Amino acid sequence: MNKELVKKIFLPLVVLVFVLQVWSGIASLVNEFPTPSDTYIAAFGGVTSAGDELTGVLSNPFYVNNQDDKGIFWQLIESLKRVFAGFVLAIIVGVPLGLFVGMSKNAFYALNPFIQIFKPVSPLAWLPLLLFIFQDINMTAIATIFITSIWPIIINTALGVKSVSEDYMNVAKVLRFTSMEKVIQIILPVSVPYIFTGMRLSLGIAWLVIVAAEMLTGGIGIGFWIWDAYNNLNYHHIIIGIIVVGLIGYLLDLIMGKIADYFDYTKRGRA
Amino acid sequence: MSKFLSLEGIEKRFPISGKEDYVAVTDVNLEIKENEIISIIGHSGCGKSTLLNMISGLDAQTSGAIILENHHIQGPGPERAVVFQNHSLLPWLSVYQNIEMAVKKVMPQLGAHELRQRVEHYISMVNLDHAKDKLPGEISGGMKQRVGIARALSITPKVLLMDEPFGALDSLTRANLQEHLMRIQQKVQNTVVIITHDIDEAVLLSDRVIMMTNGPQATIGEILEVNLPRPRNRVELQQNPEYIRCREAILSFLYEKFAKDDE
Repeated sequence: MNKELVKKIFLPLVVLVFVLQVWSGIASLVNEFPTPSDTYIAAFGGVTSAGDELTGVLSNPFYVNNQDDKGIFWQLIESLKRVFAGFVLAIIVGVPLGLFVGMSKNAFYALNPFIQIFKPVSPLAWLPLLLFIFQDINMTAIATIFITSIWPIIINTALGVKSVSEDYMNVAKVLRFTSMEKVIQIILPVSVPYIFTGMRLSLGIAWLVIVAAEMLTGGIGIGFWIWDAYNNLNYHHIIIGIIVVGLIGYLLDLIMGKIADYFDYTKRGRA
Repeated sequence: MSKFLSLEGIEKRFPISGKEDYVAVTDVNLEIKENEIISIIGHSGCGKSTLLNMISGLDAQTSGAIILENHHIQGPGPERAVVFQNHSLLPWLSVYQNIEMAVKKVMPQLGAHELRQRVEHYISMVNLDHAKDKLPGEISGGMKQRVGIARALSITPKVLLMDEPFGALDSLTRANLQEHLMRIQQKVQNTVVIITHDIDEAVLLSDRVIMMTNGPQATIGEILEVNLPRPRNRVELQQNPEYIRCREAILSFLYEKFAKDDE
């Protein structure tokens, strides 16, 4: 094994030990705060310090007791479905809109103030309004994700269009490309890496939003699962939820990064 | 020879807000014969690139007319192909695809077989058969510029416009490309307009050298005929009295009559 790899594995382990120490410290100070070992047992099963025998939530993630009591896997699936629905919708609307804003100065002047104003609005501010409109948990969650994750896609797509060099456009002019040919043969290939950067940011936001949205809308989903744990004084599950949400978010970002690299011409064809 | 490409009373002004227009070039009159190779030389800022952009149609003249085979030029078109200084290859397309894209657009009637033959023919013309599937990022600057030349020639333009085509290359590569260009030109025989600031390049490549005065209000100062037989050999030319005469004429124009200090 080379030195770098050893460092990459060893150094995070050092930090992990430190984090567990701090966590244990907090658990000894705050009443009823779960200790690391109890949390581990709550996750993977075993006998707790109080002597109870438990099946962990992660050791049986696929169970279905009834409509309102399903394993964590099903909670995640529901959340991911909503995330992808909102995310795909944001791509379908955001990419063409971004192309438009990037290509037309007038469109930029017309839309930029609204993009700048709506971009920083928290999903929690949208939620009551959307819940009032849709009166439906799924639709509300999807719409919230759509409206908060569309902005980075629009902005980055427009940025990609603006990065198209004048030289490429001159080539297109000499060859008398139509507007459509310019978009497909020149603007899109140049913008693709930018679009994917936007999509990556957007998916990150969507995953952040879903937890908050589900806490407020209730029903099923990882966000509600965490909130439900709080209401049932199941504090171990909150911590397990946080770690699972983090891991899934990391995984989504990795996958998105791989897809982005695949479509990025600057990273293709180089070994 | 009949009128082929003519520039009549060309002027280019750039509006400056709150001030009088900047007159880049004015009163340019020039006739270019078919199959003639001319170069336009001058100090930087003499409007030589502006002139080329007006012939290509990428830029419009403020007044005057540019006429190619009895047609007024309006806007860019493939009959006036441009070799850009920085090659302007699309970096996500291979050498082959870059040329194919141009041929496909300009000659949509070609069948798959003819298309491939044509693209491969022009790739061979610049000796890049071995690199045809490479991306522009994987080949050298000189090779990229050869692809740019092949792309421009592949659409059989009436005029080939070259904007300081070898300006960004080191001198050995530049000499190599000049040889390529002369050899190709012997074969294809079309009209070429080259913008350059290199005196040797101008004399070596052209039938006539157009010398521009300094801007603003730049115009044609002198026109020099280069009466050297082709094919030309750069080494033999060094001793040739006509070559020496031409070089000296341009040198004296650029550094005595229209010397320019660096600002």
